[in-house]
Amino acid sequence: MSIHLGWGSRVRGLFADTKGPWGSGSGDGGSEPPSDDGQSSGPWGDTPRRRRSAIGKGPNVSTLDEFLRRSRARFGRGRGGGLPGRPDRSLVLWALLGFLLIWLVFTSTHSISPGESGVVTTFGRYSRTLTSGVSFTLPSPIERVKKVDVQTIRSIDMGSAGSDDLMLTGDQNLLDLAYSVRWNIRSPELFLYQLSQPEETIREVAESAMRAVVSQVTLNDAMGDRRAEIESQVAQNMQRILDSYHSGIQVQGIAIKQADPPDAVNDAFKQVTAAQQDAQTYINNANAYSLQLRQKAQGEATAFEKVYEQYKLAPEVTRRRMYYETMEQVLSKVDKTIVEVPGVTPYLPLPEVKKQQQERQQ
Amino acid sequence: MRGFIGRRPILSGIIAFVALLLVLESFPVIPETKQAVVVRFGKPVRIYNQYKAGRPIGAAGAGINWRIPFAEQLVWIDKRVQDVDMQRQQVISTDQRRLEVDAFARYRIVNPTLMYVRAGTEQQLTDQLRPILGSEVRNELGRIEFASLLTPERQGIMDSVRTSLNRIARQYGVEVLDVRIKRTDLPDGAPLSSAFDRMRTAREQEARSIRAQGAKQAQIIRAEADAEAARTYAASFGKDPDFYDFYRAMQSYQQTFIGDGQEKVAGTTIVLSPQNDYLKEFSGRGGPK
Repeated sequence: MSIHLGWGSRVRGLFADTKGPWGSGSGDGGSEPPSDDGQSSGPWGDTPRRRRSAIGKGPNVSTLDEFLRRSRARFGRGRGGGLPGRPDRSLVLWALLGFLLIWLVFTSTHSISPGESGVVTTFGRYSRTLTSGVSFTLPSPIERVKKVDVQTIRSIDMGSAGSDDLMLTGDQNLLDLAYSVRWNIRSPELFLYQLSQPEETIREVAESAMRAVVSQVTLNDAMGDRRAEIESQVAQNMQRILDSYHSGIQVQGIAIKQADPPDAVNDAFKQVTAAQQDAQTYINNANAYSLQLRQKAQGEATAFEKVYEQYKLAPEVTRRRMYYETMEQVLSKVDKTIVEVPGVTPYLPLPEVKKQQQERQQ
Repeated sequence: MRGFIGRRPILSGIIAFVALLLVLESFPVIPETKQAVVVRFGKPVRIYNQYKAGRPIGAAGAGINWRIPFAEQLVWIDKRVQDVDMQRQQVISTDQRRLEVDAFARYRIVNPTLMYVRAGTEQQLTDQLRPILGSEVRNELGRIEFASLLTPERQGIMDSVRTSLNRIARQYGVEVLDVRIKRTDLPDGAPLSSAFDRMRTAREQEARSIRAQGAKQAQIIRAEADAEAARTYAASFGKDPDFYDFYRAMQSYQQTFIGDGQEKVAGTTIVLSPQNDYLKEFSGRGGPK
């Protein structure tokens, strides 16, 4: 183990050095010179200390030549550098050990929040799925956990209002449809590994299923009372297709937000509504007339029957009484002329009569 | 060992580095989503993590595998279901109607070696499949009538597109899972505007028919009311037609000469003969009767 650690630090040191001449940004003016201050410190000394010493050294010449020269010098001297017995050697070891420990702890314990699943891969191969709670796996390079949210219901909007996205219906009409698809992830491992573009797939499947269903209903059905049926049918079809891909996706539902005729023919559809209102108006008027007429008929008939009951009791007298009363009322209100002499054709001065009337009216 | 490291730190570092590289090179990690074709000097020799229908995820294949470093290269090929989208194109049905069709196919590479040899990269594969899909769709749809595109038959059409596409795709080591029409639209211009015209006139027709039906119903309601009123009158007045005649005459006189008190009736002059029944008493008792 300690050998490995030593190697690790050595490799790190090597990498840190090679950065030097190319001036990769490391905080101190862009150049990180290798240590060459003649001390007994070997070329593989710990990096942080060297950096610290480098800061105070002022500008460095970071050319390739310089680097090569230094490297040569360092490699030549390297033989003499004794690794064991360095004062801060153990400190480095401890630091590395601590780092490793933290790494182990952090990459092997996983807290999966509710509504999430953790898909565990061992060297890339799927091994298991973690449910919510705290779980342990092997540390990171060996086992990796990818958290997938399986609870949240996602929504994809298809076809927006006002767009030119028209669908053909079964009766070869066009329909402007906007709807949304709600879905969540049912099995995270399938979701991760089966489809290359899950969201795009859902979109295409939704579009295909919706158009297939709409192409089998009439325009009025799609706009009217069969919407719910269409929604559930599309959801079913989508689920079937997605299952055939083993997608691990659960379709929660389809919601048709808008199903309208295209803008170009909207006026004609409004006319139909107007016509329906008109037709209702006609019927209402007729009903009013009907009611009125029936009431009138019943009223008159009842009145007649009432009079008739009385009339039957004394027909002759009642009849005469009614006759005289009516005549009285009528004749008292009109101009009367009685021609007494029989056989004489009376001359009626009609203009005269009219004049009299006009005078009376004034 | 330790002594050697102490003596030759640089050399041992280099050795370690090379060894690490060798290990990494020799034992590649294959993720679940990829298949890997091992190519030795340009010749495919074996496949890691090949897709097999029905095999559960994580069964075998993915994970750490081996290869001869530097001599064998890995060609990565996606294991997941992928899609190829057809270019939107016009299709003419047997009844000479034009339709714009958009379709997509879902496929999976089941034979990565074949695919690598025949197509090369995935991009090239899609580029080759796309026109084939397009022409197959066009061929199949060109054989049917416009109206049957809008029926359940269309699934059958898609199945036959899938079969014929599959026949070609198999040569690339590809299995087509599904071909679906995404959209069937009327092309812009004359076909679309004539469809709009048809819709508009159909609606106008509907509007007229609704109005006419309303009028019809209204008329029936009125007639029924008339009939019922007549029945009511007849039932009541029929009891004594003679008296009804008299009664109605009296009402009629009042109405005609006096009005119902609301409207002014035009002035009337009545010329009466003494023979009038009303005046029979005028000439005294025993007069003409």
